[in-house]
Amino acid sequence: MTRLRDILLPLIVLAALLGFWEWKVAHDAIPPYVLPAPSAIARALAENFSSLMASLATTLTVTLLAFLAATASALALAILFSESRTVERTFHPYAVVLQVTPIVAIAPLILLWIGYDRVTLAETLIAALVAFFPVLSNSTLGLRSADFNLVDLMRLYGASRLQILWRVRLPTALPFLLSGMKTAGGLSLIGTVVAEFVAGSGAATGLAWRIVEAGNRLEIATMFAALALLAVTGVGIYAALSLLEYWLLRRWHESAIAR
Amino acid sequence: MLSLSAISKRFSPTRKEGGTEALRDLSFGVADGEFVSLLGPSGCGKSTALRLIAGLMPPDAGTIAWPNGKPPIGFVFQDATLMPWTDAQSNVRLPLDLQHVPRAEGNARAATALARVGLCGFERAYPRELSGGMKMRVSIARALVTRPRLLLLDEPFAALDEPARAALNDDLLRLWQDAPDQKSLTVIFVTHSVGESAYLSSRVLVMTPRPGRIAADIALPPGPRRRLSPEFLEIERRIAAALPAAAA
Repeated sequence: MTRLRDILLPLIVLAALLGFWEWKVAHDAIPPYVLPAPSAIARALAENFSSLMASLATTLTVTLLAFLAATASALALAILFSESRTVERTFHPYAVVLQVTPIVAIAPLILLWIGYDRVTLAETLIAALVAFFPVLSNSTLGLRSADFNLVDLMRLYGASRLQILWRVRLPTALPFLLSGMKTAGGLSLIGTVVAEFVAGSGAATGLAWRIVEAGNRLEIATMFAALALLAVTGVGIYAALSLLEYWLLRRWHESAIAR
Repeated sequence: MLSLSAISKRFSPTRKEGGTEALRDLSFGVADGEFVSLLGPSGCGKSTALRLIAGLMPPDAGTIAWPNGKPPIGFVFQDATLMPWTDAQSNVRLPLDLQHVPRAEGNARAATALARVGLCGFERAYPRELSGGMKMRVSIARALVTRPRLLLLDEPFAALDEPARAALNDDLLRLWQDAPDQKSLTVIFVTHSVGESAYLSSRVLVMTPRPGRIAADIALPPGPRRRLSPEFLEIERRIAAALPAAAA
């Protein structure tokens, strides 16, 4: 019952919103280059379906590559940080600098260095830099949150650092890591969009570039269609990661237990 | 079993005020098969003493001697200290896993240990599905699974309600008495409860407030004891009388 309500209510709101939009555009005779009606957007989506799907595939590939690269490297660095205070004190300031520097500002530089002939690599790097920090800070906190007594118990039974890491610190960090990954998933998509904007017309054919291109041609309905696909992608990433989180934590973590 | 001589321990000694002196000149011995309670007010350093014995930290001064070598040790903390992400059986099996005992043998020994603490059939239960008393039983099973000869307990029942505490006291006593031969299991039990130390111990060491030292060494007559019997109340009175005034 609750599940049905949770799905149905947002859908009713969506339908009402689209209906009002459709009516308003027709009633006020708003020109399509200002605001196209939902039906026009749907038509644009259908007409450009195959090329938009190809663009979606391009954007999704970069997003997922960036997400995986950011998660893996941030977790690895977090493990180094948690095992050695010296390493953390040395490198943490740089991680913060990376975090507070607007990546948009260094994106052109990264593209220049890596080159327009390897634009996918450059875009992946930019998006990964955007997604990196939340995984790093969350995982570091998680790895440090291990129960001291449990670590002592492991030592009492002669556990090595690697065994303590694997059996206590990493499981403790898992909820933190997953929370960081949920943030990083959204940020990967944002980073990819930014990278595509910056990469421009070169070899980039992702959804973000399609938005710029359609805007230049005043094909506003196509622009909205690409935007809708980006939004659906973002929701899809979030939903997939939430599902992963639920599946991994449902037996033991307070956050995932249904009441 | 072991003897501590002139043990001192200070925490954060680099601070300006010299940190906190937990123990000063602590000396006592424990014989094989004894059930010794370390009784004292909160913060008197009794938990520190237990951690030193376990080897979890070194003393600043003094020595801990093991005439017959350091035996296998089981340790039970005030909190159950279980891994919430896995079931009771895996929690109990942890010490064996660390010693690379084969999985099947580990599972069998874990099941036996769980049965000894009255948790037969709870192998698959996760800690969050268990009550406070049951979690503590899992923790004790984990301490027993390596067949230790020395069991160290750090206020294990302090957080439990009275009936659960009484039941666990009886079970602990039974585990100690049922040890294969009289001298095979030695227990050091840290507590701030006079009643608990009176009910369980063969000997009570009363400690002073910080810095901790031994204020009284009270040997008790052999059990079994009945709660609220005149003999038991007399034992409680003797222990309470030995507690330093500051703790009252």
